[in-house]
Amino acid sequence: MMQALANFWTEWSSAIIWLAWAVGASLLLLVALLIIVAFLILFDRKVWAAVHMRRGPNVVGPFGLLQSFADLLKFVFKEPIIPAGANKGVFLLAPLVTSVLALAAWAVIPVSEGSFFGLTQGKWVISDLNVGVLYILAISSLGVYGIIMGGWASNSKYPFLSSLRSAAQMVSYEVSIGFVIVTVLLVVGSLNLTTIVNAQMTGPGTWAGLPASALDWHWLALFPMFVIFFISALAETNRPPFDLVEAESELVAGFMVEYASTPYLLFMLGEYVAIVTMCALTTILFLGGWLPPLAIAPFTWVPGIVWFLLKVGFVFFMFAMVKAMVPRYRYDQLMRLGWKVFLPISLAMVVIVAGVVQYGGLGIR
Amino acid sequence: MALTAFFFYLFSFVTIASGVMVITARNPVHAVLWLILAFFNAAGLFVLLGAEFLAMILVVVYVGAVAVLFLFVVMMLDVDFAELRAGFVKNAPLGAFVGALLLIELVLVVGLRFAGGVVQSTGPALAPAAGSAMTNTEAIGAVLYKSPFVFYLELAGLILLVAMIGAIVLTLRHKEGVKRQSISAQNARTPATAIEIAKVPSGGYTIPDKTKEQV
Repeated sequence: MMQALANFWTEWSSAIIWLAWAVGASLLLLVALLIIVAFLILFDRKVWAAVHMRRGPNVVGPFGLLQSFADLLKFVFKEPIIPAGANKGVFLLAPLVTSVLALAAWAVIPVSEGSFFGLTQGKWVISDLNVGVLYILAISSLGVYGIIMGGWASNSKYPFLSSLRSAAQMVSYEVSIGFVIVTVLLVVGSLNLTTIVNAQMTGPGTWAGLPASALDWHWLALFPMFVIFFISALAETNRPPFDLVEAESELVAGFMVEYASTPYLLFMLGEYVAIVTMCALTTILFLGGWLPPLAIAPFTWVPGIVWFLLKVGFVFFMFAMVKAMVPRYRYDQLMRLGWKVFLPISLAMVVIVAGVVQYGGLGIR
Repeated sequence: MALTAFFFYLFSFVTIASGVMVITARNPVHAVLWLILAFFNAAGLFVLLGAEFLAMILVVVYVGAVAVLFLFVVMMLDVDFAELRAGFVKNAPLGAFVGALLLIELVLVVGLRFAGGVVQSTGPALAPAAGSAMTNTEAIGAVLYKSPFVFYLELAGLILLVAMIGAIVLTLRHKEGVKRQSISAQNARTPATAIEIAKVPSGGYTIPDKTKEQV
């Protein structure tokens, strides 16, 4: 008996230890991520309110800090309503797909570097994939299924039409996001997200003889791509001014019309997590991830995770400001912007950047 | 290794089971969803082989783009199940023939690969040797772009481009009399071209007498 147990342990120990590590790390990341998302939703509403000169949520808890948690409880305690004509399995699967995929993308996002209390090998990431960027692209291209499934399974005209609309929108903007990522990959020469961040330690600033600073990050060297990526990220996550899916003034709630209670909560959660993922991706690709804005004494003392969170918060603030200020696009204008403006520009930039990297001697590290 | 074996059997089982569900599912939309699950698990098998680049490309291209179009088309189709089932017996021999052909080919390819090595393997492109510093992505890039394959690749790309342009040309219809938005014309408008400022002398304008006109 003891022998069998010992044999079992020698064969499975590494697997069990790996599994325990992965589960622990994922739980830690998820809890931190969900709490941050809860406060970012509040932040979003506060920024929106401030632009409208309103107060925003200010009743639950001090300054309304607990508003998101109150909303969560409200959603969970409501009755889930499933329409009689709905395709029940797919109807319930759709919000799960949306939220699980949105959370799954975080498996490869590195939030900092250096030892995490001696637990990891210098990487603050659950899985340091060689093809991290492609993984995120794959996951975000899967996100469209939650919407299509939800719209179709509701068995109603409006959700179906708006899910088709939204799927077309997300597929269109994925193309330009893909090309923007290709230009960054050309400059860096790796698909690994940690390598992409570390490649931003040198750039236009250091070539000019300055210490490593924010000038070295890709936002400056690839500025047109940064702008296109930001706008495409808005469209990809169905944020205003591209929120034709929800468009509450015309479509009630788009593909979510038939949803209530927890399934609706999961859709909203998936949407906001996808937004934060896009903010994190913008930070990693263009804003130097966890690198300090100026690599001299007081800035380098601050842990990398703080810089990372600050940058993600900044990009999210930009998302919120766009939501508050820019009027909604019409559907044909949206398609025109994606296919006739962003696609040619990003395609041309891929050619230009590839030429510069190959023959200009710049960029490649 | 034990964990790898576990995941191999898990992914294989789900792939085969969802493949069966694709052809047995009554609802065509469900069939496409099962197909997506099959793609996804095939990608998992690629990851186990160490071919993570192929796995991600499989998900991005097939699941993220091709299957979305499938789903679009299938959702819009008005499928009549009775009609479909009526054709089953008639088409069954043809289907069985094609299936048998594919099976024989598959057995031949796999058999030759393991028996005599007649079929050349691209080796490093699938999974680089353990300890090699080359990643999977670089290995595939080297095979595709640093070898004579580059011409075939470019040729394939060109053929796809021609096919795409052909499809657009065949379906493009410019309807007469439809009002279209011209963004450049709109942006080119200036106050000078858009507004006409009329000087109205005070007292020179008379209000039309509506009572007379309405008669």
